[in-house]
Amino acid sequence: MSLDRDTVRKIAFLSRIEVADEKLEPLAGQLSGILDWFEQLKEVDTDGVQPMSSVTDAVLRWRDDVITDGGIPEKILANAPEAMDGFFTVPKVVE
Amino acid sequence: MSYIIKGETGDWELVIGLEVHAQVISNAKLFSGAATAFGADANTQVSFVDAGFPGMLPTINSVCVEQAVRTGLGLKAKINKRSVFARKNYFYADLPQGYQISQFDLPIVGEGEIILDLPDGTSRTVGIERLHLEQDAGKSVHDQHPSKSFIDLNRSGVALMEIVSKPDMRTPEEAGAYLRKLRAILRYLETCDGNMDEGSMRCDVNVSVRKAGEPYRTRCEIKNVNSVRFVMQAIEIEAKRHVEVYESGGDIVQETRLFDPNRGETRSMRSKEHAHDYRYFPDPDLLPLEFDDAFVEAIRVTLPELPDEKKARFVETYGMTGYDAGVLVMEKETAAYFEEAAKGRDGKQVANWLITTLFGGLNKKGLSITESPISPAQLGQLVDLVNDNTISGRLAKDVFEIMLEEGKDPAVIVEERGMKQVTDTGAIEAACDAVIAANPDKAQDVRDGKEKLIAWFIGQVMKATQGKANPGMLQEILKKKLLG
Amino acid sequence: MTSLLDLSLAEARDGLRAKEFTAVELTDAYLGMVEKHRDLNAYITETPDLAREQAKAADAALAAGTAGAMAGIPVGIKDLFCTEGVLTTAASHILDGFKPPYESTVSANLKKAGAVMLGKLNLDEFAMGGSNQTSYYGPAKNPWKAEGSDVDLVPGGSSGGSAAAVSARMALAATGTDTGGSIRQPAAYCGITGIKPTYGRCSRFGIIAYASSLDQAGPMTRTVRDAAIMLGSMAGFDPKDSTSADVALPDFEAALTGDIRGLKVGIPQEYRPEGLDPEINALWDKGIDMLKAAGAEVVDISLPHTKYALATYYIIAPAEASSNLARYDGLRFGLRVEGKTLDEMYAKTRAAGFGEEVQRRILMGTYVLSAGYYDAYYLKAQRVRARIAEDFRNAFKTVDVILTPTAPTPAFGIGANMDDPIAMYLNDVFTVPTSLAGLPGLSVPVGLSSTGLPLGLQLIGRPFDEETVLRAGDVLEKAAGFSAVPSLVKG
Ligand SMILES: [Mg+2]
Ligand SMILES: [Zn+2]
Repeated sequence: MSLDRDTVRKIAFLSRIEVADEKLEPLAGQLSGILDWFEQLKEVDTDGVQPMSSVTDAVLRWRDDVITDGGIPEKILANAPEAMDGFFTVPKVVE
Repeated sequence: MSYIIKGETGDWELVIGLEVHAQVISNAKLFSGAATAFGADANTQVSFVDAGFPGMLPTINSVCVEQAVRTGLGLKAKINKRSVFARKNYFYADLPQGYQISQFDLPIVGEGEIILDLPDGTSRTVGIERLHLEQDAGKSVHDQHPSKSFIDLNRSGVALMEIVSKPDMRTPEEAGAYLRKLRAILRYLETCDGNMDEGSMRCDVNVSVRKAGEPYRTRCEIKNVNSVRFVMQAIEIEAKRHVEVYESGGDIVQETRLFDPNRGETRSMRSKEHAHDYRYFPDPDLLPLEFDDAFVEAIRVTLPELPDEKKARFVETYGMTGYDAGVLVMEKETAAYFEEAAKGRDGKQVANWLITTLFGGLNKKGLSITESPISPAQLGQLVDLVNDNTISGRLAKDVFEIMLEEGKDPAVIVEERGMKQVTDTGAIEAACDAVIAANPDKAQDVRDGKEKLIAWFIGQVMKATQGKANPGMLQEILKKKLLG
Repeated sequence: MTSLLDLSLAEARDGLRAKEFTAVELTDAYLGMVEKHRDLNAYITETPDLAREQAKAADAALAAGTAGAMAGIPVGIKDLFCTEGVLTTAASHILDGFKPPYESTVSANLKKAGAVMLGKLNLDEFAMGGSNQTSYYGPAKNPWKAEGSDVDLVPGGSSGGSAAAVSARMALAATGTDTGGSIRQPAAYCGITGIKPTYGRCSRFGIIAYASSLDQAGPMTRTVRDAAIMLGSMAGFDPKDSTSADVALPDFEAALTGDIRGLKVGIPQEYRPEGLDPEINALWDKGIDMLKAAGAEVVDISLPHTKYALATYYIIAPAEASSNLARYDGLRFGLRVEGKTLDEMYAKTRAAGFGEEVQRRILMGTYVLSAGYYDAYYLKAQRVRARIAEDFRNAFKTVDVILTPTAPTPAFGIGANMDDPIAMYLNDVFTVPTSLAGLPGLSVPVGLSSTGLPLGLQLIGRPFDEETVLRAGDVLEKAAGFSAVPSLVKG
């Protein structure tokens, strides 16, 4: 399985990480190497095996519908790189 | 009720499916303890969980689970006792975690149905594909600053039910009826307040067209159309666009579009669509959501009588038409008003007053049924006054108008204004004699066979008695006097 | 003062209670070492004022008889735990200046038990790495050096700062987190003890997530007893973490009975791959003999899917990480690099904020989850993960605990393996399977390599049976009598 420049560009965009053009090729090579290494998993017979997404077989616990949080806008905004009038701000989004 | 677009190449049929996001009624958010109330100051109803802070983890609100199951039961749907939360990954300014916790493969509710009551009295069943629980995003405000968008996370993490219909609708009217019916069911269940203005019910519309007998063609999704009227307009406009594209030899590409009601068009949102790949996978911060039959049954026994059942009962109990019953049950407050007013009375008659007179009156004043100045008991009393001949039907309309303004009991109004019907035979006879005496020519015409003129005499006597003469008695007496 | 630094956590606790010295004295001794060995780069942030304040409070509690289990014990906190009002970085540039307005459950538990926080410890960026070389704040250094060499060695990772600090007496104990071996491997490299408890034993609330289905906090200490004591204060059910296990919290220290007679110890043949360092092999045999001598019964077992664990891990962990790290977007906290558009701001911020290895894992994780590849990679890895977990379940039908080496080599030089990711990933080969299965794993220092570097053995237990693991580890530790310390501690 090998990965080309365009695929790296695409996943870089999906990941919102700017990758310089000259870095696409070396990254494609590195990631392809890792993908090749993953090929070994094909040897494992997993027919009928349920995918394991959690180590426990416990189920979700539920909490009560009670307001226990919020009311802390100054703490929510305290670490913001930029904020105005109680809002976070970002470059204007054109829809 | 067929809706066909007549194209140059033939008739086109519409295929419509709706995805409704309904905000769950709960005190706290789906995965955090912050409040859900509408209209609070920016970022005041936000926990670190909702704001996607490092190390924060979701825990699920039991009431949101109950509400989803309750809604599923109301939609006669399959309840999945095991469901799984998945992350839908994408970047957006109002999505703090960089993913939305939603359900993908295994939603909490499976297939169900909604019965539509159409204006021509027929009904039609629309399939529900699924209902899943998910978190809402925050809100971006784009018009506060020339170069910045403002982000308010109050809504971030509020529980939504995404209710997806099957592509079973064929006309804009059906889509409208679907939305109104779904809203009614949600409001009966008290799982969503159905308020489209405040965004607690939002609608995405899937539209495609096809010729008779064809399989489905490519559909487009129109995002966030937020009133029933706009949904119907958007469908019409989008379907016409499809037909035009096909008939000019083009092809429709599957995409997300935006409805612009001002310009009466839909347009592509390709910018937002760009290279989307949501990479759904089970949320490792949450375990599978499971419950047993007993949990479902405990909710089932608390279900209220729903619109369809109520409608059937109204038809059965009061002998009214299906259409009238359908109108009365659309809002549970109206149905409750009606039942209160109809207590011990002729339901059909009360329904008639309610639908033709009260609705009109409230509408004029811009009031809802719960704000009606006329109480259900008062409306019932008015009907009683007509039935026991205290006032005539004609005067009753006047009494009603006064009730609407003053909110007084009808009996008080009739008393105060001396509007009691005259049922004294002598008095009516005297009035009749006076009118006949004053109009000998016309009286002769009646006797000569112009019986239609009797109505004119009735009008004259009514005028003379200020409308208080009992109409039945008046007619009888006049006939006897003129025709012998 | 040197004598204070030589005390184990258990001894310090007892000495504090016996009023032989004060928490302030103990804390000052450690603060001295923190200052003295800054060149090791073990700490990202030092909090001496806070430490002294907490030490005073501990002394007051000790005097009042209200002291908790960790009262007055100076600990370092891995900088992956959010600490209220104290800079928390995950060793990443992207969390520049981030001061959480909240506290992680584990660090809050330690605080409640009276522990004194000396500062925030260095790590691999977002815990992604096995050598502490991916830290934005530069690598932490291993206090150990090979005999006759002056080359700086890695402390292991990702809890490299924690291991280095405990080893160099810059903390009496430290918290670590372990996703694929990040407590056990650095413990082995630095000659200390570390346990990754069962997944769900310690709350993940407030710990910056790397891979949620694997991340687990644990103690890093000088002795097994110390680990038992500290784990008792860190662990416990937390309703704020949906994956936290609602199970009883045993008295781990009481489990150290010294008696392992009849205990069945499994030796998995797959952990002796061809080409395994003969020194590691020999150490393992020595460990087997020690447990046998103590009355344990040694049983050969098979964990057939072991060799697939690394590839499985390097699909699952990056997949989860790619999503977990999406929240670092320059909007609500940390670094922002301005852009003309929102997308440009994201891309520039994340390119500048994340280091190379983190970017690599995000890209890889994004890829294995993307349309068309999900089944072949992510879903396949989850199925193989199920088989690996099944291997352990089968093994634990016949054995009570499993003994393996912790790492395939001793600590290596800083700078090695940096441009070969797969070679770097191989350091986790013995620790990753346990993580995938969510089982408790303990690393105990057992001997020295021919070059004088510490080597550890790993004990793996059944879910929520840390007691057996600790009991066997305590016996192994005593039998091994590992007493070597880095020369900088001696001098
Ligand atoms: Mg949708
Ligand atoms: Zn949705």
